[in-house]
Amino acid sequence: MSKKVISVQRFNPETDKKPYMQEYQIDTNDFHGTMLLDALEHIKTMDQTLTFRRSCGEGVCGSDGVNINGKNGLACITDLRKLPKTIKVRPLPAFPIVRDLVVDMEQFYSHYESVEPYLQNDDEPATERIQSIDERAKLDGLYECILCACCTTSCPSFWWNPDKFLGPAALLWAYRFVADSRDTATEKRLDQLEDLFKLFRCRTIMNCADVCPKGLNPTQAIGHLRDEMIDRAI
Amino acid sequence: MDLKTLKYDAIIVGGGGAGLRAALQLSKSGKKVAVVSKVFPTRSHTVAAQGGINAALGNRDGEDDWRYHMYDTVMGADFLGDQDAIEYMCQHAPATVLELEHMGMPFTRDENGKIYQRAFGGQTREYGKKNVHRTCAAADRTGHALLHTLYQQNVKAKSHFFSEWYALDLVKSETGGVSGVIVECIETGELNFLQSKAVILATGGAGQIYKTTTNAYTCTGDGLGMVLRAGFPIQDMEMWQIHPTGIYGVGSLISEGTRGEGAYLINSEGERYMERYSPNKKDLDCRDVVSRCSIQEIQEGRGCGPNKDYVLLRLDHLPKEVIEKRLPGITELARTFAGVDPEKEPIPVIPTAHYMMGGIPTNKYGQALTTDKNGNDVIIDGLYAAGECACVSVHGANRLGANSLLDIVVFGRASGMHLEEDLKDGKPFSKPSEEDIGRCLSRYERWMSSTDQSGSEPFAEVRSDMQQIMMDYFGVFRDGKGMQEAMDKLLAIRPRVQKAYLGDKSKTFNTSLVEALELDNMIEVAIATAYSALYREESRGAHSRIDFTERDDKKFLHHSLYFIDGRLEKREINMKPELVEPFELREREH
Repeated sequence: MSKKVISVQRFNPETDKKPYMQEYQIDTNDFHGTMLLDALEHIKTMDQTLTFRRSCGEGVCGSDGVNINGKNGLACITDLRKLPKTIKVRPLPAFPIVRDLVVDMEQFYSHYESVEPYLQNDDEPATERIQSIDERAKLDGLYECILCACCTTSCPSFWWNPDKFLGPAALLWAYRFVADSRDTATEKRLDQLEDLFKLFRCRTIMNCADVCPKGLNPTQAIGHLRDEMIDRAI
Repeated sequence: MDLKTLKYDAIIVGGGGAGLRAALQLSKSGKKVAVVSKVFPTRSHTVAAQGGINAALGNRDGEDDWRYHMYDTVMGADFLGDQDAIEYMCQHAPATVLELEHMGMPFTRDENGKIYQRAFGGQTREYGKKNVHRTCAAADRTGHALLHTLYQQNVKAKSHFFSEWYALDLVKSETGGVSGVIVECIETGELNFLQSKAVILATGGAGQIYKTTTNAYTCTGDGLGMVLRAGFPIQDMEMWQIHPTGIYGVGSLISEGTRGEGAYLINSEGERYMERYSPNKKDLDCRDVVSRCSIQEIQEGRGCGPNKDYVLLRLDHLPKEVIEKRLPGITELARTFAGVDPEKEPIPVIPTAHYMMGGIPTNKYGQALTTDKNGNDVIIDGLYAAGECACVSVHGANRLGANSLLDIVVFGRASGMHLEEDLKDGKPFSKPSEEDIGRCLSRYERWMSSTDQSGSEPFAEVRSDMQQIMMDYFGVFRDGKGMQEAMDKLLAIRPRVQKAYLGDKSKTFNTSLVEALELDNMIEVAIATAYSALYREESRGAHSRIDFTERDDKKFLHHSLYFIDGRLEKREINMKPELVEPFELREREH
């Protein structure tokens, strides 16, 4: 590995009418690290105007979701050695572009908040609430979500109805609380999803599970929510 | 310059664990409160904490006591910690963890359905006599589980966030306190003055002053820079924790919880060397001790790899189920960053800069402190600090693993509660000094008008030079001569920062501007470290000098306070816990 071409979608609303691609020739021996984020950081030392989000650099904060050669992923855990010589980096699709790779995530966060993503249970026991190992295991594959939005922005159902369909991430969180043996608001949570779009617009295309950098499966969580709705309907 | 003023009862700077816990307290009180965070709150570095949070619940061992936890923390701190604050933290730990559970935090469970607790470094029962499992864990993603839970509770409490806004500087009042903070909206470049009755700084650590670190890009010591420029001191800045197990060449953290679950370090001869250095605690001795041993192994030629410059962390003997259920996060990190499957092969690791024990001095209510002419503590009106940016001081010269998540929640809450009371008692706005607003804006103006002329250089180059110096001279072992050289170099870097240029003047999401402003903070933190480390002519906790190898309680049993003009002052260590007898000075046991 040494020479790569990183082609980045650029857009600054102050100066540009529309986005364009800019190519950067890099030599991976010129910088430390082997991830795409390392390459972007290296480019930024030469071109300070290149704009992207990042924080932890190890795939747990969810800041640097981008579209890499057509597939959403986190720049910080995408290994350059596994990518072709030319790498096209674009912002996550479906959101308004703020600048370069930075998108406006307002809608994503508001869908997340709309599922009331917090435990609801009015009891205040003196010790911890007891939860068996099996009950707790139901949260695995759900609570690890980092809100990077790779899933939601890869979902064609979301592209078509971003205002009405909550998208895989918000629905994964909705199910994380339905699945929690300590939560007492399941009925209310399901009531809130009784709608043609919010939940049922999922068409099990499974792009979400395909791109999730944490290996989670939102389609499956959505399936569980549907099962719960059907169970209580019959 | 166009500067809009907004008024709040309280402003919290930082949306990590400490800031979010303080925000929750104040939002519930019905006061007008806002959190300023340079990243969306769940991107804060708390998210990367792995191993757990300490609390003497006794779920696994039948009995445990917060007094044992306090003893371990005092010993681990090598007696530089304040015993009143340590007492407060350890006493409140069980209730803090139970509160997090009630909020919905997804802790791992034991066979009784209670919170799972694992072994961690430096933790004992009965004052050093027995082993203990005190660290409450959500697999090895405890920080992520904790941060998201606290953010969710703030969503529920409808807390107000200035998300992706950057705090530049504290505005002082006409009477020398704090009147608010100047902030920039990163998305639009708009500058605001958030006037408030009090500011709580919860800006986290500054590990980015080191070239290789476990810390996020965003850990740049912003609160410390603000405090120093406002003329207030920072404390114990020589004390940096170098974590024994960062992934070699990368820096990503491999949790101490890995060793808590039974992993151990080996050298090139395959020897489990911690058994030799620390016959009782072995791999679960304090972090400062284990890091020194690893470096000594490497220096004596028993490092691993072609350059013999790292050691190995072995966990392939652990049951598959333990690795999969309790260590899934570090397994992912090892595969991604070290290219090894820890179920089959050891992980190459190296001691790596991890945590700042020093910070803004506070009392146990989170009130920030300065000193008067006679060296007495003076409370700074309108300023609090909590979490890693604060030095309360519960970690002293060496923090115990899993005490940092505890620290942020306990003292985030304590600051929020204290300020809540002050506001209830009618705390007024103080009058901001117009002159000081000018000072706060000047830094922004300097960067935005900087030009690429001869003699100036891009700020990233200057930053890189600073990070290399810190890495070379302020690691596990230090010596006076080397540190003096480093100091000279750092003092030469300071004017370079002033002259460096910013190559992006856009108003829209200008991340280079944020990085440049962060560099102003980092260079001051680095210089503070150099001054404080040169001053402390002894070895204590993480500060280990080859020219002064012993702890010297006669000369150095006190905190060091550093002011931006290079002045150093002594500050007394608190040895007056309220409920127990103070723990008397003694040697640490291994």
